This record gives sequence, structure tokens and C-alpha cells, in this order.
Amino acid sequence: MSELWMMIGKRLLYGLLTLFIVSVIIFGASEMLPGDQAQALLGQSATPETLAALREQLGLNDPAPVRYWNWLAGAMSGDFGISTSNQRPIADLISGRLYNTMFLALYAATLAVPLSLVLGLLAALWRNSIFDRVANASALTSISFPEFFVAYILIVWLAQGGHFTSLARIRENTTFVQRLDMTFLPALTLTLVVTAHMMRMTRAAIINLMASPYIEMARLKGLSPLRVVLRHALPNALAPIITVVALNLAYLITGVVAVEVVFTYPGLGQLMVNSVADRDMPVVQAISLIFASAYVLLNLLADVLSTLSNPRLRHRR
Amino acid sequence: MTDAPLLEMTDIHIEGRTGDDWVPIIKGVDLTLQRGEVLGLIGESGAGKSTLGLAAMGFTRDGCRISGGKVMFDGIDLLASSVGTRRDLRGSRIAYVAQSAAASFNPAHRLIDQYTETPVVHGVMPRAEAEADAVELYRRMQLPNPEEIGFRYPHQVSGGQLQRAMTAMAMACRPDLIIFDEPTTALDVTTQIEVLSAIRDIVAQFDTAAIYITHDLAVVAQMADRIKVLLRGDEVEEAPTREMLAAPKEDYTKTLWAVRSHQRAVQPAARGVPLVELRGITAGYGRVPVLKDVSFEIHKRRTVAVVGESGSGKSTAARVLTGLLVPSAGEVLFEGEPLPPDFRKRSREQLRQAQMIYQSADTSLNPKLRLRALIGRPAQMYLGLQGAALDERVRHLLNLIELEPDEYIDRLPSELSGGQKQRVGIARALAAEPKFIICDEVTSALDQIVAEGILNLLDRLQAEFDLAYMFITHDIATVRAIADDVVVMQSGKVVEQGEKADVLSPPHDPYTELLLSSVPEMDPDWLTRLLKERADIADG
Amino acid sequence: MTFLWILVGLACLGLSAVVLGWLFRFPLVALTRGELRRAMRGAPLMASFGMLVILIYAAVALLAPVLAPYAEREVIGAQYLPWGEGHLLGTDNLGRDMLTRLIYGARNTVGIALATTALAFSIGALLGLWAAAVGGWVDTVLSRIVDALMAIPALIFSLLLLTIFGTSIINMILVIAAIDSTRVFRLSRSVAQGIVVMDYIEAARLRGETMWRLITREILPNAMAPLVAEFGLRFCFVFLMISSLSFLGLGIKPPTADWGSMVRENATLISYGDITPLLPAGAIALLTVAVNFVVDWQLHRASGLKD
Repeated sequence: MSELWMMIGKRLLYGLLTLFIVSVIIFGASEMLPGDQAQALLGQSATPETLAALREQLGLNDPAPVRYWNWLAGAMSGDFGISTSNQRPIADLISGRLYNTMFLALYAATLAVPLSLVLGLLAALWRNSIFDRVANASALTSISFPEFFVAYILIVWLAQGGHFTSLARIRENTTFVQRLDMTFLPALTLTLVVTAHMMRMTRAAIINLMASPYIEMARLKGLSPLRVVLRHALPNALAPIITVVALNLAYLITGVVAVEVVFTYPGLGQLMVNSVADRDMPVVQAISLIFASAYVLLNLLADVLSTLSNPRLRHRR
Repeated sequence: MTDAPLLEMTDIHIEGRTGDDWVPIIKGVDLTLQRGEVLGLIGESGAGKSTLGLAAMGFTRDGCRISGGKVMFDGIDLLASSVGTRRDLRGSRIAYVAQSAAASFNPAHRLIDQYTETPVVHGVMPRAEAEADAVELYRRMQLPNPEEIGFRYPHQVSGGQLQRAMTAMAMACRPDLIIFDEPTTALDVTTQIEVLSAIRDIVAQFDTAAIYITHDLAVVAQMADRIKVLLRGDEVEEAPTREMLAAPKEDYTKTLWAVRSHQRAVQPAARGVPLVELRGITAGYGRVPVLKDVSFEIHKRRTVAVVGESGSGKSTAARVLTGLLVPSAGEVLFEGEPLPPDFRKRSREQLRQAQMIYQSADTSLNPKLRLRALIGRPAQMYLGLQGAALDERVRHLLNLIELEPDEYIDRLPSELSGGQKQRVGIARALAAEPKFIICDEVTSALDQIVAEGILNLLDRLQAEFDLAYMFITHDIATVRAIADDVVVMQSGKVVEQGEKADVLSPPHDPYTELLLSSVPEMDPDWLTRLLKERADIADG
Repeated sequence: MTFLWILVGLACLGLSAVVLGWLFRFPLVALTRGELRRAMRGAPLMASFGMLVILIYAAVALLAPVLAPYAEREVIGAQYLPWGEGHLLGTDNLGRDMLTRLIYGARNTVGIALATTALAFSIGALLGLWAAAVGGWVDTVLSRIVDALMAIPALIFSLLLLTIFGTSIINMILVIAAIDSTRVFRLSRSVAQGIVVMDYIEAARLRGETMWRLITREILPNAMAPLVAEFGLRFCFVFLMISSLSFLGLGIKPPTADWGSMVRENATLISYGDITPLLPAGAIALLTVAVNFVVDWQLHRASGLKD
């Protein structure tokens, strides 16, 4: 057992290291910008004196490692600095939007994960059947669609039929159920995009497994197909399935950007796109850090879970 | 009903899909098996033995189908019966033991859980009873710690033990018939003995009928009452074991019996500076030494066979010799001069002098290159041949390995048979005009007759080009056929070495004795006799 | 009711794709020979349909000036004109001909995506094969760098980099190529790792072959099939990424005709029930679908027809 925990500990350390490197890359990116944050805040017309004063105030004269440390420490405690385009604290800009984005991603995930796992499993079971072929072709098709295309098709089809709203106007007093209703279309868009990927990968993982000799052995023991799949295939398919799910949840993170823009949904993605257009570096950095951390953590979680599900590692010689 | 055969397969046709076409694998074979009888099914790779064995359970692998014939098992028409009927029979009345137990046990469950699954699902006995029964069968299969071994996971148990645990699992419902599909092929000879005797005993004790599939005649001679010979999906002949061993009728069967007839002429004794010498080599991967103080020499025009089981370090010795693995101590000498330990530091001339032929021609020939490039490249690199001279050289080499140049020079490896590929591997080594060739298990992936041809060719070339061979093998028969000198290795050490006649005749080192005596012989009484001898020695 | 109609529409689309694929297989089989011909004969209908679509796109991109009724940036009338005579698919937000913009879009969008993929591929594949062949610290260092870069989601990373370098076409090509080359590196390295353990590579090393010859003569020919398939997949990915960035207003910018930005510019029409802005989006989707079907078939073939 201890060897297993060592391995997981190592993986966690490695994950922390990755997070650190990612934060360095994101911080280092701004160092490549001509001019600095003070210049960006005050604009081209600022006098050298006011610039110098602001630099002093923001600590921009410190060496890069110190500034990195201050930035990271601030980010940890929720203080990301000040937006250069509208001079507001970034924490204020982000907080509500972070919740909205998380809500949307989770909403899509709860729809997509069970749906795609079941579809993938069925496609693998009924391999080469009509169901498998149609599911495969449609999955391949929907993978090929840009997110905004899916979104607009859904708007033309469902919103203009009057079934759902195409603009997700979230207010303070929106109830949970109203929120579910309002965000249905963006969540459905994300679901469609991610499900296709996840289904194909689940199918491939299971088919790969069904070719192994111990599955043939299980069939030759006279077990029913259901028992073969549930008892013999599934325990060994956990690791690949976990990886598939994590990979696609991570994909949701980027998929959210275009979808939020189409539905003018007040989330982080939309804010990020606006900030890129305005070249508002501190905001872009903050959002990049959040997205990238979520991505790294998801992959880390998947790795740890699939390590735990591996009997060869769980029960050492 | 007792006189009716247990299993009766008539005019079985099985087809396999390649691309869009169905190709016949089994072309109308009959098979009859009485209760308690063991039938040996023998043939080379691709003969359709496993396919036929599985068909006895009414089962085909994906991409295969039974296109004709009838399988009657104890009065039940398997092919005409429902899926449910067949499922009820499998595991409970007909069981299967697969070639690789390591791959055929589910890594996610303990042995005992996989054992009890069959009797519980088929309603033969409740779980507690099945568990107790498992311990009993594990004991009968001579597994160590029968009470505890079931609670381990497959990866915690050795290959030979897993194979016995799988046989016990097949016995769980006391089936009428067990299909053994090459159960000892993946094992070393010394482990094979234990598994063979355990299987033979348990089949006899419960009077179970069995189909024993193998490509090894000597093994099947120990196990079967009757032998059926298959060749490319057709039956060649069938006869009781002793009868067939004594007097095979068909030509094909005779050739099977006659293999390893190759005998090398005795060479004059070695003297002078050895061509190649390993001196005090210690080497390994990471901190674990695989070779411990290994020394031996190879003389001009002689063949040294390095024998040992898996893990003995015989292949590692070859890697040190070629410079792929740098030893932590000791040195490699060529004609008395030390070679740089890393091949990257060796001169082109030094590289040219020692060539290698690999076990699997499939992985040792670049599948995207034609023979012209495969064989021509060493000649081009080392001898600087170009254009017409190179073409001439390649054609000459193809002639040497008995492949018609005009027909073969522009073929890809995929357009050759297994034996032809191995010949190309030989030609590639010869193209460098070396003095010394390492042959790493060159015949073990080949069928016996093909292997015989390769050995003959190597022998002829040796005389023609004054070559020295280092022959790595686990097969004693090959050693007898080709070696001048023998080096016996066990767990990284040389246990015995010398001229073939000395090493292969008594008195022996104990390990050499074990290794030699474990090689199955073509005599049906060999296993019984051997076990008795060993028991006598143990009793003192 | 609408739902039913959409289902019927989708079924019709799928069916016509199958029929077109079936019809296109005849010229494919007739025009090829040998090994290729046998492959074409066994091609699934969707793959054959994919090849047809790719061929049409290529023709449209090459012949854009001949096919298009107007010049790329020519204003021909009022803005947002409906479909009709003289402007088959109506006009866009500045009164330019929609059909003309669509045709030129094939040239611009696909051309830029192709260039970006080629760039990403030459960097990533070469480094990946090299890392696998050399091994040792070179491999470790390169792999660690790539791991770190891949820890940031592609779209987020490209947005970050575009903020720094500014949003121009050339910047976008470089940024996407750089980010994508990490993915190509990962794949070509793992493909090559499967090859370098083969005995024939060991034999070539022992023969004393140079690293360059080892990579180009021994490894590359055997890595070709998965790399070609990967090129297709990467193209789809890059193409979608560029389209998304353009759609977000951060990629290819007007007046260059580009499908992603065309959707963005004319998106307001959708709220009035006009589906014209969906045409460029559909053009993007159709090409990606086509490439994906062909790649899927190739991957299936390369995997040795397992199922």
C-alpha cells in the first residue's frame, strides 16, 4: 500500500510543480509586453512623474521574481490586481462571472458525462450495428462543428420556436430553476460538442479491452454478456474512462469561451475575449491562471483516480 | 448412452474474414472423443488447431464463423442449440485453459473470485463450498500454500503457478471435457514439467476428457491417448499415440518426426587467440546486475551455443558484446584487442566484424524497405559498393540464401514467408562480410521444418566464409544440432562450459542436469519415468 | 412540428451524403490503380463523400477569381439584401456579395489553416522524431518543456499570447502553429518510440548509421501512416481554432473574406430568422466533417482492420 501512496504523492508533487510552471509562464508572458502596467493604466499621455509614482505604488520597480511572488500571493488570496481598461479591481470583475462559468460547465457536464458513457458503452457492445454506425457518424459530424455553429443552429431551431431563451440574462434574483431554464441552450451546445468526443473515446477504450484474452476467457466460462461487461470489462476500463472524462471536462473549459459570446452569457470566457481585444493584460492573466489551474487539477485528479483503480498498483507483490 | 462418444464433430468448416473476403481456416475436419479420453491436436502455426479446439465449445473468435458441419456434445447439437444452452454448457461441462494464463486471468479480481465465479453462476455449488473446493484443487495441482494462494491477484503469482491455477479453475465444475490450448508453450522447460505432470494427474483423477493442443510432439506424446495431425486446416492423419510415434503413415507426419536430424561434423579443437572473448563481465540495468562475472571465448570457425532459460542473462551477454549495454566491470576482446564498451565509440571496421541475426525477422527487417536496400545497405556502407557492383553483390547474396534474385530483389518483407524473412536477415549479416555473427534465438519463432533449413544454411555458410557463431538458444535440441562448444547460464552466471560432448554427457553440474532432463523426449513414458527418477532421488 | 422537420432534414442530408459518396466512388476506382485502387474500392461511403467534398473545396479555392461573380471587397448594393437576382445569397453588413465572400473565404480561411498546420507539423514532427531517436537528456528536456506548455489549454494560451503580440494574421499563424506543434511533438514522439524499440532500428544503430539517416530512412517511412492521419486531425483542429478566433474578432479581420468573421459580422440576421450567417459556419463544418471522415477511415485502415 505504501508504494501506492508514494506514487500518488509523487503525482501530486508533480501536479504542484506543473501549476507553478504554468503560473510562471502566464506571469512571464506579460514581461514580453512593450511598456508596463503603469503605462497601460495611464495611457500614452501620462507624464513621467505620474508614471514613476504609479510604478512605485504598484511595486513595478521590484525585480521580476519579487513581482511574480507578489502577483502569485495576491492571486492565492483572490486579489488579482487592477484592470488596465476600466481601473476596477479584477477580483470584483471576476467573482460573479466565475460562478456563472462554473455553473454552465457543471450543468453541461452533468448532462454530457452520463449520456456519453452510456452511448459509448452501447456502441461498443453493439459494435458494427446500425446503431454503432449512425452514432459514430453523428459523433464525428458534431465534433467537426465549430461551437458557434452548433449554438446558432440551436438558436434558430429552439429559441425561435419560442421554447428557450437565446439570451441568458442572469440577474441577482434569478432562482435556480429559472437559471437552469435560461442556460439550457448554452449548456446543450456544450453537451453536444463534448458528448461526441467522450462517446467515441469510451467506445474505443471498451473495444480495446474487449479484445483481451481475459474477456474471451470470461465468455468461455459461460457468463452472460452483461456480466462479462459489468464484472470483467468495467473494472479494467475505469482508468481509460476516467481519463476520457477528465480530458473532456477540461475541453469544456475552452469550449465555454465561444459559447458565452454567442449567448452573451456573463461568464469568464466573454470577459476574457473582451480583455484580449482591449489588451487588458492583468485580466487576461488572471483568467488564464484560473482556466489553466482548473485544467491541470482535473488532469491531476484523473491521474490519481486511475492510479487508484489499477489493481496491479493497489496490490503490490 | 455410455458407448456414444462424448464429443463428435463432423465435417467442420470454419472461415475467417480478411478484408471483405472469407477465407477457409478449417476445411472439413472430423473429430471424435470418448469419455475420459485425451486427444492430442498437433500442427504448425496456422494449422487451425486453436480454431478447431474452440469450435468444440461452439465458439469462434471475432472475425471467424463456422460455415458448415455439426458439433454433437453428449447428445446436444451445439451449433443448432440456443445461445443460452451453449452458455450453460461452457464453464460447467466444457472448460477451456488458455495459452497465456497471465493474460487470461482478469487483473482486477483475485484468483479465488475468478475460480468461484463459474460454479456459482452455473448454480453448481454455493460460494463457500466452491472456495473450500478450490483449496482442494489447488493442493492437487501442487500449488504452494493452497489455502492462501487464491487470495492473491494474478500479477502476484508466477507464470507456472498461474497456469496450474487456471487448470484448477477449469476443473471447478468437474467438466466432462477440457480444451487445453498450448498451456505450456509460454513456460520454461523446467517449469513445464511441473505443469504437465499436474495437468496429467488431475485429468486422470477425475476421468475428464481433454483436447490437448500443442505444436510440440514430445509434449503431446506424454499427454495424449490419441494424436491427430493438422496441416493448414486439413487433417493429415490420426492414430493412437504409441502407434503414431512408432510408425507414422503420412509423409508430412514423418517429416515432423524427422526434424533435428541435422548433425554438425565434429570440428578440430580450438587453439590460439580466441576471435571473441568476454572477460569477467558484470552488467545490468540500473542497480540490479543481470550478468555476474561472466567469461567465455569464441574461436574462429566454431559455434558456441549459449543456453539458458528466460532471465538467465544470455541475451544480455549478447548486448554487452555488441556494445548496446556498457558493462560495469570486465571487457570484451576481439582478436585479443579490447573493444570500446560502447558501440558508438567503436570504429566502422569493428562494427563490421560482428553482425547480428535476430529472433523475430518481423521486427528486425524494416517493413518499408525492399530487399535490395535491406541487404545492400551494409555492403554500401562498409564496402563502399555502388550502382552495378552493389546490385551484383545483392544478387549474389540472394543466391547464397537460395532466393531467386530476379523474383525477390524488389520485394518488401511483408511479401515473404517467415523462413524467407529469416534468410534475408542472414543475408544482411553476410553483406558486411563479418568474421563473427551472433544468432539470437534465430529458429525459435519458426516451424520445425523451416528451422531445420535455416540451421543447414547457417552451417554451410560457416564453412564457406570461415565464420564464428554465438548461438543464443533455450532449446537443447538446437544445441545438439549445431554447437561445437556450449555455455550453460543460470541467473546471470555461467554454470558450466566446454566442448559439446563434455557438457552434454555426464557427469553434469546439477543445473545442467535439471535442464537436460527436463527437455521432453519423443517417448510416451518419458514423463512418468522422469518423475519416478526424481522422486527416487528425493527419497534418497 | 419543427422538431420533426429538422429530423427529416437531417436524415435527407445524411442520405444524400451517402448517395454522393456512393456515386463518387466510381470515378475514384476508375482513376486509381494498384494498391490505391483496392483501398478506394473498400472505402466507406462517408469517406468517399469526404474526398468529394475536399476536392470541391480545393477547386473552389483555386478557381475563386473565376467562380466569384464580384471582386472580394466590392460593395454591390445596400446592406443585408435578401437572396435574389444579382446577389444570389444576399449581401452582408457592408453590402458586399455574400456568395463572392463565401468563395473567397475558401481560399483565405483554408489557405491560412493549411499554412499554419504545415508550419506546426514541420516543427513538431521533426522535433518529436528526433527526441525519440536520440533519447536521453534531449528527450527529457524537450518532453518536459512540451508537457509544461500543454498544461495550459490551447485556446486560453493562444488568447494569452495574442494579447501580448496583438491580433494580426501573421501573429495568429505563429501563435497557433507554436501551440499546435506541442501536440504534434507529443504524437510523433510516441509513434517514433514504438518504432525505435524495433530490432531493425537497433540493427541500423549497430551498423553505425548517422542520426539523420536513421530518422529519415528508418523511422519516418514507418511513422508516415499515423502522421498523415494526424495531419488531417490537426488541420481540423487548427481550422476550427482559427475560425473560432475569427468569430471572436481576434483572428482574421475584415476586409479579408473569412468564414469565421463572416458569421460574426452578420450574426444579427439570425435573430430575424435569416439563416444566411449559418452558411459560412456550415462551410467550416462541412470541410471539417469531410476531413474527419477521411482521417477516420485512414486510421481504421492503419490499425489493421481490428473490427
